[in-house]
Order: sequence, then C-alpha cells, then structure tokens
Amino acid sequence: MSIVVFIESQNEVIKKSGLEVASYGRAVADLTGDSLVAVVFNLKNTGILNSYGVDKIYSVNTSSNTFFNVDQYSSTLANVVEKEGANIIIVSASADGRYLGPILATKVEAAYMSNVVALPSSFAPLIVKRSCFTNKAFNETESKKPKTVLSLSSNAFGVYEKASSSKIIEETFSEANSTLKVTSVDKVMDKVTIADADIVISGGRGLKGPENWYLIEDLAEVLGAATACSKPVSDMGWRPHSEHVGQTGKPVATNLYFAIGISGAIQHLAGINSSKIKVVINNDPEAPFFKAADYGIVGDAFEVVPKLTEKLKALQQ
Amino acid sequence: MNILVCISNVPDTTSKINFKDENKSFDSNGVQFIINPNDEFGLTRAIWLQQKSGAKVTVVTVGDVSCEPILRKCLAIGADQAIRIDVVPEDGYFVASQLAALYKSIPYDLIITGRESIDYNGGMVGGILATLLDLPYIANCIQMELEGNVAILQREIDGGKETLSGSLPMVLGAQKGLVEESDLIIPNMRGIMQARQKPLEVLSPLHGENASKVNIFEKPPAKGPVKLVDAGDIDTLIELLQNEAKVL
Repeated sequence: MSIVVFIESQNEVIKKSGLEVASYGRAVADLTGDSLVAVVFNLKNTGILNSYGVDKIYSVNTSSNTFFNVDQYSSTLANVVEKEGANIIIVSASADGRYLGPILATKVEAAYMSNVVALPSSFAPLIVKRSCFTNKAFNETESKKPKTVLSLSSNAFGVYEKASSSKIIEETFSEANSTLKVTSVDKVMDKVTIADADIVISGGRGLKGPENWYLIEDLAEVLGAATACSKPVSDMGWRPHSEHVGQTGKPVATNLYFAIGISGAIQHLAGINSSKIKVVINNDPEAPFFKAADYGIVGDAFEVVPKLTEKLKALQQ
Repeated sequence: MNILVCISNVPDTTSKINFKDENKSFDSNGVQFIINPNDEFGLTRAIWLQQKSGAKVTVVTVGDVSCEPILRKCLAIGADQAIRIDVVPEDGYFVASQLAALYKSIPYDLIITGRESIDYNGGMVGGILATLLDLPYIANCIQMELEGNVAILQREIDGGKETLSGSLPMVLGAQKGLVEESDLIIPNMRGIMQARQKPLEVLSPLHGENASKVNIFEKPPAKGPVKLVDAGDIDTLIELLQNEAKVL
C-alpha cells in the first residue's frame, strides 16, 4: 500500500510546508512499510523530491487553469488515493491544505484530523497527537475510519533529506463539476508568508501607528522573516487582517518569534504558543508576554529595534 | 432567501483550559461560554442580508441544553429562529452529518459556518457538510456580495487573497474580515426581550457515526522563566539567539 502526500509548490519551488509533508510522509511510510507517493501540480522540476524519500510521483498538469480550485484538486487527489489504495493521506496546514483536507476526506470516506504535531503513536487504529484550544492544549485523536487524512501543523516535524529514486507518472487533472471559479489572485510574491517563515517579526500597539512599521519591516528584511501583528493593530486597520496573529487570526508556529510592543493578551499568546523561541521587546516590565517568552528586553522599541537591525545587518556583511 | 448559520458553543477566548476525568474530558467548571467568534462574524453578515433584503436567518447548533444561552444570544442579535439538535457531538464529521440531514429536510440558499471553532480547531464542519451535500464551499471567507443567485467572494490565502464567484446554494467558512470586529452587534434590551418570544426548536438527532474520537488531552509543559537582557546590551541577545537557542 501507499502513503499519499499532497506537495504544494509555487513557481517551480516546493514550499517549506511541502517538504515537511514529504519528510513526515517518509517517516510514516518507514514505520508502516508502505511506499511514499507524492502528488504535485504544475511542477516540472520534480527531481528535488528524490532528496526527500519519495518513491512515486503523480505529476498533474492543470493546463491553462493555474489557479487553485479546491473541487478539481481534491477530485484529482481522490483519484490517486483510489488508484493507490492509500489509507493515510497527508496535506499541509497551508490555507489551501486546510481548505482541501476535509473535502478530500469526505470524497474518499476518510476521517480528517487537523493540527497534527507528531508521528502516529499507533497505526491500528491510527492515533495521532494534535494541538487544540488554539495551542493551549493537545489531544490524542483516534481514527474510526479505514482511511485518514492528516493535516500536518507547520514547523511541527521538520524537514529531513533522504535519497530515493522516484518513478514519475503523468496524471490527468480532474475537471470536477464545480460552479466555483477563481477570477483573480492578489498575493505578495516577493515576501515570505507567515505559514512558510522560519522567523516572524510581530508588532503591537506599542509601535504607536502604522507609520512606524518600518521598524518591523527593516528587521524582517535583514532576517528574511515574515511580518505579523496583534489583534488591536489589525482591528485599527494599521495592518491587513492576513497579518493578525492569535486565536481569531493566524496561528504562528515558527522557530523564532519577535513580539515588539505587544503586551501579550492570552488570545495572542495562544496563537504563538507553538513557536519554538519567543523574544519580547516591551517598555512595560509587567507585560504578560514576559511570562511566555524565552528572552526579553525591557526597553523602548524605538531605540532597541533599530540597534538590533543594525547589528544583525553588520553581522551579515 | 433562507440562511442557516451554524453556531458552536465555545469557551471564552480568555479561558484557562483544564481537563478532568483523568484528562479524558474538558473541565467546564468556571468557564464562560460564548458564540464561537468565527461563527459570530458569519451571523453578523447574515443579519446584514436580513436587514437589506429580508432574508430569514436560522441559527443551529448541535449540543445539549447547556448551548441554549448562546442560541438566545443569537436571537437577541437578530436571528429569526433557532434550532438545537439535541446530542453532544464527539467530532466534526458527526456535526456535519447532522447538519446535512437538516438541510435535506429544509433546503437553505446559504449555509454559513465559522472557519473553525476555537476549542477543537477541527476546521472541518463546513468542508465536510458542503461535500456531503454536493455544494460548493469557500473556506476563510473574508468578503461576500450577492447579485441574485451569484456570489462574489474573497478567500484569505497565504500571503494575500483570491476572488471567486459561485452560485447559490453554497457553504461559507466565515472569519474576521467578512465583517469587522467593530461591526459585531451587541444585543439591546429590545432584542433580548424579543429573543424570548422567538422560536427555539429542539430536534432529535439522527443516527450518525463519528469519524474520529479524542482519547486523552494534555497541557503543554510549563515554561521556564524568561531570560532578561539589558536594553543596552543587544550583543548579548544576538549571542544567546545564535549559540544558546540556535535560531539565528
């Protein structure tokens, strides 16, 4: 049998979350003795998957239709799942992965489990650890179906290389009967997204206004980081919704999270709980964030952050 | 036009999370329950359609009698009627299959769910429900305009947004952006009084099965204390991040 993984790419580059899914899939396949089957869309350079232990690649060309369409993608994946007789299917926690997961699961009569943070602890039945209550807790969830679709949390497993030689199969794109049409995509192409970033620089009300966001952006640029913000900042319209981190915004599970001028409301702390190292810079020593952080500086962001940016820039030269 | 808004009863966002029965179930002792925030954004958008074009808004939840206060709150906010499917669900698939059965007896033009509930974070009810009913689903919906039977929608994606069109009936996964936080309706006295007279129907669940089951919960390990670095000593912070935390 096989483990099927949905690998996302953009402009011939596999997303970091895609490599995590491939690495996790390989580890699962090694435990179950199955082969690892990847499904890619509009990716010509599939060779890189030979470095991540993939045994077989279904390569799908969507021809002129380059926008993601959930009905067509999930139908195509469902066809591969049937052909391969797969009982574990893995997708990422990207916006598209989370969108597609429950729909694919229903099409192939599988259970769906989001926010998976570790390898299964059992395979018969399948049991995995997942985060819940916006990272305030975890649970062990057991599948009650023969098939299960897992959505792997960002940065929970890591990326591991393993050489393989994969067989490539051209797979037809399923023109599913969908009334949904994507008419345009408005996306920042030259910036790393919160979902794919190793480092996230986040700003709060302490920055006093949107005109001061150069502090966040300059530091993010030096570190190749994504930018984010607290809820009040997005509510006041200083920054777009897509940057809002927290319980009703985005979860952030990054290696390094900088909270600058963010006091640390419980909803915000929940959203960043899965990040590995948290650094807080705040002039209020009583800010709750200091209790949740690994490193902290009590100081004025307007003085500390430019110095930090300068020093990091100097180190890189 | 008939709109169904699916509501989840969740612990308030400021709640401390605890478990009982040897970590097998959630401890609701001392916890205040609220309308799941993503559902409330969706409900508010539905009320706007009611105010603009006379749409009829029904709210539904799958849960026991302890969910009724939040359904009354939905009625006070402006929903026309409420339905409670009387069973404590164990997973999102079960909830979606109960809602699918309801749709088959009463077809709606638009079904709104939240993007995810903030308790179990399954993020699956909308997608499963739509697929069971063979309807289109839009996750992370941040904008919706209706022109007759056609909806123009925006979905938040990683690093931006996409614009879609589709025809009703459909299922939306609402989140902040569909309406703003400041648009949320705080019930007034008149709304609260009227809510008492509005119908709240209790339906028996249909036989359904779970796709998954939570066996046990655990809380993250307690964190050590923060290491404070002097504001004038940025070099030490960089050194710690490089050599101790190894993240730079």
